[in-house]
Amino acid sequence: MLNYIINRILTMIPTLLAISIIIFTIIQLPPGDFLETQIAEMQAQGENVDLEKIEYLRKEYGLDQPPYLQYLGWIAGFVQGDLGYSFEHELPVTEVIGDRMLLTLVVAFASTIFTYVVAFPIGIYSAVKQYSVGDYIVSVVGFIGLATPNFMLALILLYSANVWFGTSIGGLMDPQYVGEPWSWSKVGSVLEHLWIPVVVIGTSGTAGMIRRLRANLLDELSKQYVVTARAKGLSPIRILIKYPLRLAINPFIADLGSILPSLFSGAVLVSFVMGLETNGPMLVKALQSQDMFLAGSFLMFEAGLVVLGVFLSDLMLAAVDPRIRLGGGASK
Amino acid sequence: MDDLLRIEDLRVSFRLPEGDLQAVKGVSFRIPEGKTVALVGESGSGKTVVSQAIMRLLPRAAYISGGRILFRDRHCAGGETKIVDLASLAADGREMRSIRGGSISMVFQEPMTSLSPVHTVGDQICEALMIHRNVSGEEARKIVLDMLTLVGFPDPLKTLDTYPFELSGGLRQRAVIAMGLVCRPSLLIADEPTTALDVTIQAQILKLMKDLQKELGMSILMITHDLGVVANMADEVVVMYHGEIMESGDVQDIFQNPGHPYLKALLAAVPRFDMEPGERLVPIREIKPDGNNPILRTKRDRSVHHSAQTSAILEIKNLTKTYKTRKGGMFKKEEDAPRVLAVDDISFEVRRGECLGLVGESGCGKTTLSKIIMRALTPDNGSIKFYEPDGTERDVLSMDGDELFGFRERMQFMFQDPFSSLNPRMTVQDLIGEPLLIHGMKDRTERREIVAALMDVVGLSPLHMNRYPHSFSGGQRQRIGIARALALQPDLLICDEPVSALDVSVQAQVLNLLTDLKEALGLTYIFISHNLAVVDYIADRIAVMCRGRLVELAPKAQLFRNPVHPYTRALLRAVPEPDLHNLLNLNDLMEGKASIPELWPAPFTVDGEHRAVMIDLGEGHYVRAHEGHGPDLMEYCETGDCVDEGAALKQEIENRQGPGPGESVR
Repeated sequence: MLNYIINRILTMIPTLLAISIIIFTIIQLPPGDFLETQIAEMQAQGENVDLEKIEYLRKEYGLDQPPYLQYLGWIAGFVQGDLGYSFEHELPVTEVIGDRMLLTLVVAFASTIFTYVVAFPIGIYSAVKQYSVGDYIVSVVGFIGLATPNFMLALILLYSANVWFGTSIGGLMDPQYVGEPWSWSKVGSVLEHLWIPVVVIGTSGTAGMIRRLRANLLDELSKQYVVTARAKGLSPIRILIKYPLRLAINPFIADLGSILPSLFSGAVLVSFVMGLETNGPMLVKALQSQDMFLAGSFLMFEAGLVVLGVFLSDLMLAAVDPRIRLGGGASK
Repeated sequence: MDDLLRIEDLRVSFRLPEGDLQAVKGVSFRIPEGKTVALVGESGSGKTVVSQAIMRLLPRAAYISGGRILFRDRHCAGGETKIVDLASLAADGREMRSIRGGSISMVFQEPMTSLSPVHTVGDQICEALMIHRNVSGEEARKIVLDMLTLVGFPDPLKTLDTYPFELSGGLRQRAVIAMGLVCRPSLLIADEPTTALDVTIQAQILKLMKDLQKELGMSILMITHDLGVVANMADEVVVMYHGEIMESGDVQDIFQNPGHPYLKALLAAVPRFDMEPGERLVPIREIKPDGNNPILRTKRDRSVHHSAQTSAILEIKNLTKTYKTRKGGMFKKEEDAPRVLAVDDISFEVRRGECLGLVGESGCGKTTLSKIIMRALTPDNGSIKFYEPDGTERDVLSMDGDELFGFRERMQFMFQDPFSSLNPRMTVQDLIGEPLLIHGMKDRTERREIVAALMDVVGLSPLHMNRYPHSFSGGQRQRIGIARALALQPDLLICDEPVSALDVSVQAQVLNLLTDLKEALGLTYIFISHNLAVVDYIADRIAVMCRGRLVELAPKAQLFRNPVHPYTRALLRAVPEPDLHNLLNLNDLMEGKASIPELWPAPFTVDGEHRAVMIDLGEGHYVRAHEGHGPDLMEYCETGDCVDEGAALKQEIENRQGPGPGESVR
């Protein structure tokens, strides 16, 4: 087992290196760089360009060097914790990201937990009571949830919350708290605003998860070992929890690989519509303006989280499922 | 009521969209205390539904629409005995749950799926005990340990913490039986408990159930379609057909004077060892192709053309194949991975126009061998030669590209599972016509004609050409498989357990069809099966395999009259026959050790010192033994050695298990 873990960690290194090269190449693909875009923009607006500063930045960040040297410089800094400099925000990337990270995580965690808490009981109910009235109602609601565009739901909820509760539109807190130090009333304001994005982001995942859990569980419920358990005289609830549910959650553990990165960047579209101060919108802007170090850092973090998430989910699967733990690698 | 269980006029119906369907139509029978009752019938006869009704484990669409199931429950609250009508209880109510698993328990057919893969064996057995008997975890563990010892686990303590997928099929079925018996129920319902197992293991499980019955004083309701098992196990027999009881009574009466035509037909459809040469099985529904069928006509010419029996069609020499048991890690060398021998130095030939039976238990390498012949797997060593009718030799293993593609027409394969071997999204026409299409017959109408003729050959109506596989029964699907295999007019057909998934009556039908086709089309078969009676019926010569080795090869009469190899003998002894005068000797099973090559007696054993070769005993009889022996091996068996050979082998086993000086068991 230890060998396996070490093996896996070692294989992560070449994977991440390959990803970093791809990311860097793609960011470099459009002609020009951030500084040129900015010069053009400023000149178009008739403003004076501080050529000295531009030249200084170009030197400082090696934009005049050939791409492969730029890449090496970037990745070497990355390993040492220097993520580079955001041209647009005129701050080191670490500071730019750090500010938003907390709020991103709060929204993401809350909506993930919301998804699980809602989806699991409903999914189990609709599998156990297949083709009952309840199952049909839940399925219809689920399909509507799947089919409704998130941003539309977001707009409806924002409007309703404003009309009924007087919540201010957009953002994660009332405008007067933005940029203020943390206080209890600021936390209260965040909580007041938080539920809308949580519900909006959560419902999209919920509907899908209900369907998947229902399908998985239905598969398991018809298996022979469930009949065996019934033949032992176990009560239906205990059978359900101990046997089929245990096997039906495997795919959800395997999902961890995709959940971790989505925690990081969040639902971009919804964040834009609702004006949330999270990572998603910032990443999009960074890509648009060729703010290469900021965009690169975001993408690398996401890639790292995918790799880490897949690794963790493999370990958890091995812990939960002895077939994976003990049968691994045997081939017929 | 003296009986343990009495079923009175039981009716079970299924709610279907087109109305209710009665699957069990007024069934009445009894199960006496301490006796075994066998419930016999084809699939679809309603025998499993009856057992589900007793356990109240009916599928969701089914319900008991009438009748009573009276059960004498000895484990009632307060220890008193009470007669309960199981049909009147709530299916998942407290009272039914306490009977289920406590007083009545069940052993299922499929040991591979009836245990949860993610819980340990100990956990799953303990659970049954903890629900029904008031014991602490400590005590429960001890009782389970005793039960595991009782059902014959070699290392019960270790078994408690193993997972089902780490056990072989036979051991899993033992675990399922232990689970059923751990509460010492008064009735055990066994639904085809040995159908999925090899004969040697089947015999052990039957013995185990008999012993435990004696020890625990319980009754058994045995559901099976295998009349051999019935003859060996049952005290009373109930025969079901289409949801009704055809006949019931004492096992003696049933076998000696079968009254009902259905039972007679069922008995006539089972292959027996004492059949006359040339005697045919009598299936309940016989297949008759049209005599003017174009395929039969063209092929008949061909079969007359080369009727020389002796020439070989396939010659296999020193074939060896190993599998890696574990993938090497990223930094490990491929060669370091441990390997297991699947096929070990096998040589034999198949003669044109014969049927060669290949027998052995699961995992003995017979399927691997057939896949190598088909070029689906590549062997590590050895050669395979194919001979054309005119005597031209072709090296099968060295072909590739177009040559191999063309050659594939000569050899076809027929699969075991009639359900998963047909694509459910293709019509029968497409399925049977696919090989033709692949091999270049683009014209749709031409294909259609051939498919129609092929369907007629296997006894299916060409009118059903546009149906999908799901609308056919298992036997019909297997015939579709035969038609598909015949589409390219092959010379050699490899049949991998073609009837093991079928009922006896359908089995007889398919076996007769294969026999007729062999004659009519001049085919050669390699027929793989674990069922000796079936192989005996269809094959001309029989090859016995064990642990990747070919241990004996002989014409069938020779093999059955005079088996030489200890494994062949053990195999022959373990087959239950539907004949009360020829019961299994259950004390002579050697706990399945006959299939461990290291434990075979002297000239046969695998010990790394002697080289084993196939020794010619004359009359086409070969046996694998140490080099240097000759036809004297035959005598070895005909003399006194042979009579008490079981005991001798046991002695041998004991000797080898002890730490003998200078002796090492591999």
